[in-house]
Amino acid sequence: MKILVPVKRVIDYNVKPRVKADGTGVDLANVKMSMNPFDEIAVEEAIRLKEKGAATEIVAVSIGVAKAQETLRTALAMGADRAILVQTDDEVEPLGVAKILAKIVEEEGPGLVILGKQAIDDDSNQTGQMLAALLGWPQGTFASKVEVSGDTVDVTREVDGGLETVKLNTPAIITTDLRLNEPRYASLPNIMKAKSKPLATKTPADYGVDIAPRLETLKVGEPPKRSAGIKVADVDELVAKLKALGVAA
Amino acid sequence: MTKTLVWVEHDNVSVKDATLSAVTAASKLGEVHLLVAGKGVDGAAAEAAKIAGVGKVHVADDAAFEHALAENVAPLIVELLGSHDAFIAPATTHGKNIAPRVAALLDVAQISDILSVESEDTFTRPIYAGNAIATVRSKDAKKVITVRGTAFEKAAREGGSGVVEAVASTGDKGISSFVGAEIAKLERPELTSAKVIVSGGRALKDAETFEATIFPLADKIGAAVGASRAAVDAGYAPNDYQVGQTGKIVAPEVYIAVGISGAIQHLAGMKDSKTIIAINKDEDAPIFQVADIGIVGDLFKIVPELTEKL
Ligand SMILES: Cc1cc2nc3c(=O)[nH]c(=O)nc-3n(C[C@H](O)[C@H](O)[C@H](O)COP(=O)(O)OP(=O)(O)OC[C@H]3O[C@@H](n4cnc5c(N)ncnc54)[C@H](O)[C@@H]3O)c2cc1C
Ligand SMILES: Nc1ncnc2c1ncn2[C@@H]1O[C@H](COP(=O)(O)O)[C@@H](O)[C@H]1O
Repeated sequence: MKILVPVKRVIDYNVKPRVKADGTGVDLANVKMSMNPFDEIAVEEAIRLKEKGAATEIVAVSIGVAKAQETLRTALAMGADRAILVQTDDEVEPLGVAKILAKIVEEEGPGLVILGKQAIDDDSNQTGQMLAALLGWPQGTFASKVEVSGDTVDVTREVDGGLETVKLNTPAIITTDLRLNEPRYASLPNIMKAKSKPLATKTPADYGVDIAPRLETLKVGEPPKRSAGIKVADVDELVAKLKALGVAA
Repeated sequence: MTKTLVWVEHDNVSVKDATLSAVTAASKLGEVHLLVAGKGVDGAAAEAAKIAGVGKVHVADDAAFEHALAENVAPLIVELLGSHDAFIAPATTHGKNIAPRVAALLDVAQISDILSVESEDTFTRPIYAGNAIATVRSKDAKKVITVRGTAFEKAAREGGSGVVEAVASTGDKGISSFVGAEIAKLERPELTSAKVIVSGGRALKDAETFEATIFPLADKIGAAVGASRAAVDAGYAPNDYQVGQTGKIVAPEVYIAVGISGAIQHLAGMKDSKTIIAINKDEDAPIFQVADIGIVGDLFKIVPELTEKL
């Protein structure tokens, strides 16, 4: 079974995003970029399935600027076998990403596509579910456990009240939640090896799908600011404040 | 006028609060219709019909919808969207699971987690963990939207007189099935609708210490209990306690952060709380930058004393 893992290049999660003064977006110039944390978890899960003998090949895919190559090299260094970059300078919305991925799925015929549940830049939480819809496949979103057996996969999902398990026919879509696994670091020898793994470069036009944006961003602004408050010296003072707020037994 | 179909979040018997904020968002677009999908949902349907401002209540009662599997529910919604202009779901785990599947089937770009309705096609939504707010205009003919519960007032549970109408099942697609669930028993108020929340972080050491420290304070003041990701990952608290960018979004009257540093991913989930109180031994902890009231010191001294004195 082949596994496809879409990985997105995003602002590093440790960086505090700054809104551009002209209100057109977030300033990404000279900002550290990394693989979306949920996608690292997706790559890790694919590797573990391969190590267990449940998968034979892992293909990482990224849709984005030329530098998304670096993100794909990270996936290769972690243990993916080959990579596909669909290069574009345009921002592609989740629906467009899902349409391109659907075409790649047709070409590659994977048994599973493992995506992150959410990209930490757009915070959309859409692409996996959309891809599942376009392919008519079942979806196991927000996964905290994945067990492949024969033609089905059991996915434990993080839901509002706790956990839920669903059984999906394969091929299927999985999106990762934080506690699925802890991604490995690529070792130096593997980083070196990754440089010679195959990385194919394509363009959206190669897939002939309509990826024109449907949402127009009119403005990007700052959220309402919170001003720093006061510090109290002891618990008695805190108790008084809480009582004033109506919080008390 | 826009006719919107709203996904009703329920447990068969009663309607969950998250629905009420989604109804308010939908009412800003125009006419509000509801969809109650599930098995044995008479109770929920009757409650839904009473929500203020509601028109039709479509009820799809079938085993295929019992666990809200997206594979089965999305085609049902797509069918109903033939006679509606928009689909709105609360940004619950059900809503987030189902809505994008509906959007893609309709060839529509979803607008996730909206904070406001600016006009019939323009909305605001948080991006980058809420560090920026985008105003977006949808060019699609139909709209598919999820709603951030904390951003909209709850519609009144009483006063409406919706007309309940059964809809035919679109059946079980047979590609997925529900195996089981471990749903934590709620002994305290639900996080997303609580007025007061006490949240614990990595500083709480282990599950026993978390319980022994946080629970008595929460119970004394009738608060819900939350946690940081670090506390959940380390097994101090179950996953559904997590507050943050990727956990629950909360905005209670009072949020008490105990031994939580205030990483941006945590702040993303609670910085719209009315009053934030932070207890932390590090006076430079970032949580103090958003806290209205802070106290610097050892939580293992402060929290028991506070519990005692409240
Ligand atoms: C993709 C992604 C998504 C994430 N999503 C979330 C999310 O949804 N929610 C979330 O919370 N995090 C999330 N995180 C994690 C986040 O980055 C932080 O790692 C996490 O919030 C830290 O938790 P903490 O504050 O409990 O732990 P720490 O950062 O370790 O802070 C512990 C704090 O306790 C204080 N302390 C220690 N001992 C005491 C004592 N005795 N008395 C008083 N204070 C004490 C310390 O001074 C410190 O400030 C996410 C991270 C990533 C990468
Ligand atoms: N441009 C992209 N390239 C590759 N994968 C992507 C891209 N955008 C989204 N994804 C995948 O879809 C997931 C969810 O993204 P989103 O729906 O944007 O929150 C991410 O975690 C990735 O796995």
